[in-house]
Amino acid sequence: MLQVLINGIVLGSVYALIALGLTMVFSIMRVVNFAHGQMYMLGAFVVYYLYGQFQLPFWLALPLAGLALAVVGVLFNRLFFQPVLASAKREENSMLMAVGTALLLENLALTLFGEKQRGVPPVVDGSFIFGDISEGGAILTYPNAMVAALSVTAIAALLLFVQYTRPGRALRAVAQDKEAARLQGVDVKSITTLGFAIGAALAGLAGGLLVTIYGVNSGIGSNISTKAFIMIMIGGAGVTSGAIVGGVLLGFAEAIGYDLLPGSLTYLLIFVAMIVFLVFKPNGLFGKPWG
Amino acid sequence: MQKRSMIRAAVLAAVAPWFLLGSAHAEKILKIGVNGVMSGEAASWGLVNKYCAETTADMYNAKGGVDIGGQKYKIEVVALDDKNDPKVSVTNAEKLTSQGIKYIIGPNIDTTALAVKPVVERAHALNFPYAFAKELYKAPANASVLGMVASYQVGPIIYEYLKNKKGVKSIAFLARNESDAKNQQAEGVAAARKLGLKVVADSDSYEPGTKDFMPVMTKIIRDKPDHIVLSGVAPADAPLLNKAARDLGFKGSISTETGQDSKILAQVAGDKARGFISVGGASTPEIQSDYMKAFIAAYKKRVGEWNDEAGTKVYALELILAVLKQNPAAVNNTEAFKKTMATFSMSNPFVKGGKTRLEFTGKADFGRRSQVGVPLVVNEFTGKDFKTLFVGTIKN
Repeated sequence: MLQVLINGIVLGSVYALIALGLTMVFSIMRVVNFAHGQMYMLGAFVVYYLYGQFQLPFWLALPLAGLALAVVGVLFNRLFFQPVLASAKREENSMLMAVGTALLLENLALTLFGEKQRGVPPVVDGSFIFGDISEGGAILTYPNAMVAALSVTAIAALLLFVQYTRPGRALRAVAQDKEAARLQGVDVKSITTLGFAIGAALAGLAGGLLVTIYGVNSGIGSNISTKAFIMIMIGGAGVTSGAIVGGVLLGFAEAIGYDLLPGSLTYLLIFVAMIVFLVFKPNGLFGKPWG
Repeated sequence: MQKRSMIRAAVLAAVAPWFLLGSAHAEKILKIGVNGVMSGEAASWGLVNKYCAETTADMYNAKGGVDIGGQKYKIEVVALDDKNDPKVSVTNAEKLTSQGIKYIIGPNIDTTALAVKPVVERAHALNFPYAFAKELYKAPANASVLGMVASYQVGPIIYEYLKNKKGVKSIAFLARNESDAKNQQAEGVAAARKLGLKVVADSDSYEPGTKDFMPVMTKIIRDKPDHIVLSGVAPADAPLLNKAARDLGFKGSISTETGQDSKILAQVAGDKARGFISVGGASTPEIQSDYMKAFIAAYKKRVGEWNDEAGTKVYALELILAVLKQNPAAVNNTEAFKKTMATFSMSNPFVKGGKTRLEFTGKADFGRRSQVGVPLVVNEFTGKDFKTLFVGTIKN
């Protein structure tokens, strides 16, 4: 059971980091960024090339991945999303734009990076061993421990930023009520861009971090987006704490499900549980964004 | 005089392009279709098919085309992505056959291959799926030729080797949660039981898109198998599964019945995939002919890097062209092709030594020769590259 607990903690922290960027964009812009998984994939490729191929230090490559994706986020927001949101009369337009950008990034990546799975050398190697697995013991590898710790650190840093800094408070204000924020003197356009950039940077950071244990391929994005979408629906779309709880819950559901059930039933039950849950709590566990 | 020469030159200049156009029109084109998954996580399956066909076409076209019945044909590959979606695959098959294409390589999985079967049959075309469902190749089906070695053909050979040479007594099966992989798992379980191996896990699976395999592997390892079979595993998943098993302290052996790539294994799992057994075609240097080496060079030129999966996929177009050369009537008539298939045999151009035969096989499994006779090469990963463990033969 200890191994299941460890698996759940590692998965949960990683999932929470992935979901956080998606919920950030949703809270600010009411856009489900279907390209979130593709942004994760790009971040992973940045680290693959900088750290894996050009042998820059990992600790430099990782923030650069976040930075590169923040730039991508700014460009996407300014060039694609803001013009569409400014002129669109239906919400579906922004959704279609998001799906379009996801396909654009995926096909671009397939052309640029090829079809193969890629990996990087481990940043740390070794394991904490708590007995033999087959006798009920557990193992936590150093790379998994590092990834979980860095995920928690990144989540904590974001929460502190949003809670205690001026731009963070502006982000919360825009998420709660755009008009009221504008009347209070908040530059909504810039703050929206900042929110999208942070969302994309978090995706890039998650990809850059997880490439060290999972590798990356050009087609990885859709599955990442789907899982992130499940997590924010559980927690409540647009709510930071909801994304964290949604991520942790999905991580533990996977870890426990794979341990107790035949593999094919695990995700079936997760989806069934989600449907039932949303019937009774359509806004997720934490309701509406920062509201 | 000068004026007359100028008029002649002007007329010649005006007429020459029409002559050139005429000769270009006279050049015959042989269109070959590729229909398979070329995007998403399984993109490598279909893309490697496409790249192999294009590389073969490049090699022939560089020599002026393929000579069929005294006529040179330039080869044109028309490749369409089916996204592993049966609906898209059917549309693709309709598009390809409506262009008059008679020979189509792909699709890659049972669901798409079964979906396109009626389209291919109706168009009197012939396709070369990389899917293992027996109903595609057994009568009354008559429009598909299996492009590679099936899991139920190679699985028992690997298990027998492990039992006799490595002392394996118990075995666990883990499959990707898809119909192809689950079928392969069920067939593997039956074969292992028939050999007297103790099957300690027979239905475990993981969701496509899974990246953290520690949870699913934890359960498998608690069952204490000597050997783990990864059924229908995608090249992207294989290194992660190996890594998870080794990280959890698994000391036994691991195998799969699909083709894998050594560079992916080395990059993602490194030493943790050492000893991993998979299926190759003509990938390993020990068995490569000079023609195979030239193919690899041409593939690298086109794609940028070699993929070991291609070792099992170099054969389809080469064999199609060889049959067409032997029976030119088959260019537009797949019935003529099928007649030639039954007795066709040539020296395998990809394997050195010239003694290995390349022919159509599958009589034991499908009741007729409806399978490309790819050599059954079983590879072991050394931590960096593959080495050939043994070469087997499919019962025919």
